[in-house]
Amino acid sequence: MTVLPVVRPEPRRVPRWVGSVGWAVVAWVVALAFFLPVLWMVITAFKPESAAETWPPKFIFTPTLAEFRLAVTGMSPFLIHSVLATAGSTILVLLLAVPAAYALSVYPVRRWRDGLFFFISTKMLPIVAAIGPLYVIALHTHLLDSIGLMIILYTAMNLPLAIWMIRSFMLEVPGELLEAARLDGAGRLREIGSVILPIIMPGLVSTALICVIFAWNELFLALNLTVTNAATMPMFLMSSVPQEGLYIAHLAAAATVASIPVILVGWMAQRSLVRGLSMGAIK
Amino acid sequence: MTVLEDLAAPRRDAEVVPLAVGRRERWLRRLPLLPALIYVVVVTQIPFVVTLWYSFQSYFWDQPGGAHFTGLSNYTTVFTNASFRGSLVRSVVMTAAAVIAAMILGVAFAVLLDRKFFGRGVVRTLIITPFLVMPAAAALVWAGPMLDPNFGLLNYLLAPFGIHHVAWLSVHALGSVIVVMIWQWTPFMTLIVLAGLQSQPPDTLEAAKVDGAGALATFRELTLPHLRPYIELGILLGSIYLVNTFDAVRLMTNGGPGTSTTNLPFYLYQQVNNAFDVGGAAAAGVVTVILTIIVATFALRMFARVFQFEEARG
Repeated sequence: MTVLPVVRPEPRRVPRWVGSVGWAVVAWVVALAFFLPVLWMVITAFKPESAAETWPPKFIFTPTLAEFRLAVTGMSPFLIHSVLATAGSTILVLLLAVPAAYALSVYPVRRWRDGLFFFISTKMLPIVAAIGPLYVIALHTHLLDSIGLMIILYTAMNLPLAIWMIRSFMLEVPGELLEAARLDGAGRLREIGSVILPIIMPGLVSTALICVIFAWNELFLALNLTVTNAATMPMFLMSSVPQEGLYIAHLAAAATVASIPVILVGWMAQRSLVRGLSMGAIK
Repeated sequence: MTVLEDLAAPRRDAEVVPLAVGRRERWLRRLPLLPALIYVVVVTQIPFVVTLWYSFQSYFWDQPGGAHFTGLSNYTTVFTNASFRGSLVRSVVMTAAAVIAAMILGVAFAVLLDRKFFGRGVVRTLIITPFLVMPAAAALVWAGPMLDPNFGLLNYLLAPFGIHHVAWLSVHALGSVIVVMIWQWTPFMTLIVLAGLQSQPPDTLEAAKVDGAGALATFRELTLPHLRPYIELGILLGSIYLVNTFDAVRLMTNGGPGTSTTNLPFYLYQQVNNAFDVGGAAAAGVVTVILTIIVATFALRMFARVFQFEEARG
């Protein structure tokens, strides 16, 4: 543990705005460099295939939507499956997580700590370890390659996160409001419906957005447990890589289309992203 | 479970709970929890019980006759199998390298974002975007447009530095996969560390400035200790997600060349999908789960401590 020698700062000679502009320049350069692969994906997507495979890479070309058009043909079943699996699992997550979070915060059950940690511990179990048996179970229950199976699994995947997150929002509901509702003789259902839910609504929205991000992007389970009837957007992306021939622009277009919904959702949810990702630990 | 005692309690009136409440009240409280609890137990625990069962069976997809009991032979195979050990080590290396590098970058980005400047909101948005890109898309875009040896952007950008047409995915396969993992998870670390920076009491920093402490000394002596729980949380959560990295491996290198990028998830995937060995994969899975539980016990303890800190502060 060494302490730097304490030196009085020199009296300021450069004006303050110079430092501030310098900071901005550095931050912008770093951010743009970091963002470059995304930018390159989008740029490449607008290229004709012949302009995507050149050396040096082309930066000036006539943009075309041809590859987008090609990419989205045949995409609709995947898109529908993804929307159904994502929306279905997110709704189911909220239906299960709101009461559970309530039982772990407002009127807590006796061993609520154990409950909370049981939920989080399931996130630590590697699902990959059970993929073979999962396949066998799905086969025997006739759920293989069905949207229902994807909804069931994505719900289990996101539920712990949602419970922790919603609980953290419920803990912030002012106690006086609950007190007042109780004095008014409101039952517990009315307390949830007319006091708690309206207050935590923004929290529920951001929880839902986080669940959407994870469900939409999931590949491993979809790859192992679906074929055609429930294959999702990440699977569409995989299928867009041909075995031979030129495909870079085509791939970039498909990747852009597949990623855009979640990028937009994430941008909207920016404020609450950190809270969701830390399971409500950080406000 | 003494670990759990550390977690901050819900508030006030909730504290009066435990012994005073009657049987009816206890069930009223338990009722809303039950659907989620039963759901999670059924969906997440049953597959692992079945995994345990299959780990003692010989069961190959491609052979007739179904499963039959083989005792511990699957486990002997797992423990004597170099490819399982190899993929285990690779998983640890990939996760550790990616988490540490992402955290270092994350701290740097967070420090950049912690100051007001022109267009800070946009810069923040640009920086979090890689996390939002579908991992499958990120893997494919890196493998093709970015890293392609003949027309990839990276080789073009590196050409002025005397680096020409490197076939990244053949020569530096492991490094390439790790770079993509870092790229996708740095935003996560940035956001968590940024939250830590912004929760720093301004008066302490002010006081340090008045005392004439330099920026670097202030950062090391005041800011870093304050950030510690946030860094721990980021490392913990990042590891939970990154240890399961599959998309990047499957889509960038398919585990190769050879087995040089085969991590545990990809190994298990191969056992089931290419070797058709359900029993062997199950035994490897059970070993993985046991290792995970050992690590998770420590992780949960850390988690409880971080939460206690946060809730006490909030």
